[in-house]
Amino acid sequence: MAPVQAQVLPINPDSGIVPVKVRDGIDLQINGEHYLHTGDPQMPLLWYLRDVLQLTGTKYGDAHGENGADLVLLDGKAVSAITLPVAELAGRQVTTVEGLAADDGTLHPLQQAFIDEDAIGCGYCTPGWLIAAADLLRRKKQPSDGDIDQLPNLCRCGCQTRVRRAIKRVAAGKTGQP
Amino acid sequence: MSEQRINDTIRLERRRFLQVLAAGAGVLMIGIRVADAADAPLPPALLGDTFYDLGAYVRIDSDSNVLIGARDPDTGTGVATALPRIIADELDADWNQVSVILLGLGVADDNGQPHWIYGRQIGGTGSSIPAAWGDLRQAGALARWLLLQAAARRLGMPADRLRCDAGTVIALDGRRLSYGSLVDDASTIALPDKLPPLKTADRYQLIGKPAGDVDAHGIVTGQAHFAIDEQDGDALVAVLAHCPWPDGTLERIDTADTLAVKGVVKVMQLTPEPGQPWGSTVIAPAVAVLAEDTWSALQGRQKLKLEWKPGASGSESSAVLEQQAVAVLAGTTAPDMRVRNDGDIDAAGKKAARRLQASYFQPWLAHATAEPMNCLVRLDKDHARVVVPTQAPQKAWAVVQRLTGLAPAQIEIRVPRVGGGYGRRLDHDFVAEAVMLAKAVGKPVRLLWTREEDLGHDYYRSGSVHQLSAIIDRRRRVIGWNQRMASASALAHRGVPDNRLWTSELQADQLPAGLLPNFRSDWYALDSAIPRGPTRGMPHLSNAFAVESFIDEIAHLLKEDPLDTRLRLLGEPRQLPLGTGGALDVGRLLNVLKLVADRIEWKNWLRSVNGLGIACWHVEGAYVAHAVEAAMQGEKLIIQRVVCAVDVGRVINPLGLEGQVAGATLDALSTALNLAITFKGGQIQQHSYKDYPLASMAQLPDAVEVITVPGDRTPTGASFLAMPTAAPALANAVFRASAVRVRRLPLMKELLRLL
Repeated sequence: MAPVQAQVLPINPDSGIVPVKVRDGIDLQINGEHYLHTGDPQMPLLWYLRDVLQLTGTKYGDAHGENGADLVLLDGKAVSAITLPVAELAGRQVTTVEGLAADDGTLHPLQQAFIDEDAIGCGYCTPGWLIAAADLLRRKKQPSDGDIDQLPNLCRCGCQTRVRRAIKRVAAGKTGQP
Repeated sequence: MSEQRINDTIRLERRRFLQVLAAGAGVLMIGIRVADAADAPLPPALLGDTFYDLGAYVRIDSDSNVLIGARDPDTGTGVATALPRIIADELDADWNQVSVILLGLGVADDNGQPHWIYGRQIGGTGSSIPAAWGDLRQAGALARWLLLQAAARRLGMPADRLRCDAGTVIALDGRRLSYGSLVDDASTIALPDKLPPLKTADRYQLIGKPAGDVDAHGIVTGQAHFAIDEQDGDALVAVLAHCPWPDGTLERIDTADTLAVKGVVKVMQLTPEPGQPWGSTVIAPAVAVLAEDTWSALQGRQKLKLEWKPGASGSESSAVLEQQAVAVLAGTTAPDMRVRNDGDIDAAGKKAARRLQASYFQPWLAHATAEPMNCLVRLDKDHARVVVPTQAPQKAWAVVQRLTGLAPAQIEIRVPRVGGGYGRRLDHDFVAEAVMLAKAVGKPVRLLWTREEDLGHDYYRSGSVHQLSAIIDRRRRVIGWNQRMASASALAHRGVPDNRLWTSELQADQLPAGLLPNFRSDWYALDSAIPRGPTRGMPHLSNAFAVESFIDEIAHLLKEDPLDTRLRLLGEPRQLPLGTGGALDVGRLLNVLKLVADRIEWKNWLRSVNGLGIACWHVEGAYVAHAVEAAMQGEKLIIQRVVCAVDVGRVINPLGLEGQVAGATLDALSTALNLAITFKGGQIQQHSYKDYPLASMAQLPDAVEVITVPGDRTPTGASFLAMPTAAPALANAVFRASAVRVRRLPLMKELLRLL
């Protein structure tokens, strides 16, 4: 790199501080990390996660988010990532399935409960169920069967009864350390 | 494997060998490979053709970690857990030290012909476990034998004074050697003259014990990769717009707006190759948009201006096809196949005290896999790398080979965990599409079908009409059964001879065949250009619904308890020979039926306010029964209890089996309640989950009570075992709850029409 020319910089050449122009873009917060998105603001979050960040835990299910495989937490609330343009995300916090576990790898109680109850079919829609269930438990610590019935996810493998058990296991506080 | 030193081999059959490979210091590998000239002189033949399928391998590292290969694609059936546990048990491995790897396709070049290194590799057809039971145990047993010999040599005592437990060899005097400490020695030991004996059942440590899915941690943390998650550097994303008609043509195309989308690179056309069977080439003419990323490709696809012209199929309608079925079943034309004709149904008719006839109407169905069709292809001059969600990697290989002309071993097929199969991924039209595009564009291609394409361009299950007639004598015995079915074969356009087309639609041995003196089963072929192919539970799903509903109708006519009618029809426990080999064990069928009846408290059947329904079936040597308790709250159907009993012989992984049984039950209920594909003007009318509504959590029962019959018979598959009886048990329960007999699926729509 060429040496910085002191005479054109309005700062002390010895300070080591180099001015950086702020780039235009959207400040995205995903799983606690900041990303500056400078591309198409209309890009749905799902494709940003999958194609740009290569966070592929959030799945494509359909164009309208009808099967729940594309759910993420937006400020704690489950929302469909394919219907959410990144333009709407400035200053908001997104958590994907990759961000559910603690930094040290300790699983979220729901993740552990899904393992304990083997609440997995092919596993493709599982991240979406986890996100929806996390949102439910945030709103209601002791959800009723009727509350669980409201989960929007679809699953052809038929994991629903095992997912129900996993959620109840967490609500009952039965999932502690792995 | 070619660079590895081959120490020794045991001959399995003409071409493949159990093999010990010294893959480098500190590793013992048991694998198999294809014979070549270097193998001469061959060791004596040790195994007959029964073991033709041997294929998975075991690797033990010096730190005692064990790597076990899973050869069959896991579409959610649990075979990536169950198959390695079969090997691990025979090896006496410590399951906590076992890592499972998905093998991908094993193919070697034998003078230009493919040789399948791992033997059969197919998932989701119910055959993985039975096949593994026949061969995979050998790999574990051989590895254990070698470790024992190495330990014997080191300890200076005979091997029969040693035993293995959880990754350790233990001597009678208490000395212990870990497997890892023995692998160097073990890989130098000559193979035995004959294969070491397999364990007796009393020594099983893992088989029969519950185990969670080996991929569970990766799945719940979002780290597990499906094919759709794979990237390949500069790969272009391709999304498609298929012609609404498989035989249609592109009349006009305007790509200007598409090409103006930032990121869009190219627009290309795809056409089915003439003469290729269904499932091997493009499913319908298509226009592909190739772009640098998915979002650009999708936007570009939306901006395509296309005019398609219908072909001959443009006049087809599912409603008209059903009318044709009704007409042919009402007429006297000879069937396309007389599948079975026991006794003399016409003579039996003369002894009839009563007759009953009913027709059952079942819709076309789509696969609706969670992970839509996708495929990643990188083509180099002498290599193809394909990552694909397939149930049958050898068939995927054949498509790639045909389109590239590459030598067998130059084609690499990787199969990560698969997001649902249900038979859809036994076909490889989407692989053909991806290869054609990669070839034409000269870059790797990541093909992605949208859900709209996925539902609108499938190899569907045909709709069907069943016309059933029963002849009942004065003593209230069913003495005659005449079954006439019309459907469009799933085997058409696939090179299957006309006289075998019926085999995808019904079975000669299905209930109540063999139980009645006079039994006739006829199949009538419907003709349709709408693509069809293998679907989960076929042909049992449609037949069990018709037959098990009709038995309830017979019971109702005779004013009997439908459980009694079934028990009477089944008769005494006995073995009935099946035309396909083997026998129907009536005792095992009675057992599962009685188990679900007891659990749901069938004795309340008559006076229960809720409706109770029951059904039983047999599939490839396995037995299943469902009992359902349902109630009507106005127009709302509440499924209060579902009990399912299965007898699959020996259970490898009870937790996995329970998941399969509960899952298949819910899949069958969801399908029966809500789902139908229809077409009009040759166009499929369902394009989203709104049109094809898999059951919501609220519609499904809160629990499925699974009863597993313990057994020591050779294990059978269970991937769709619990599908066939769920819907008829539900329909029978609905009849008791509402007095409405539903003879047409989907059930909810018909129930609301009739209420």
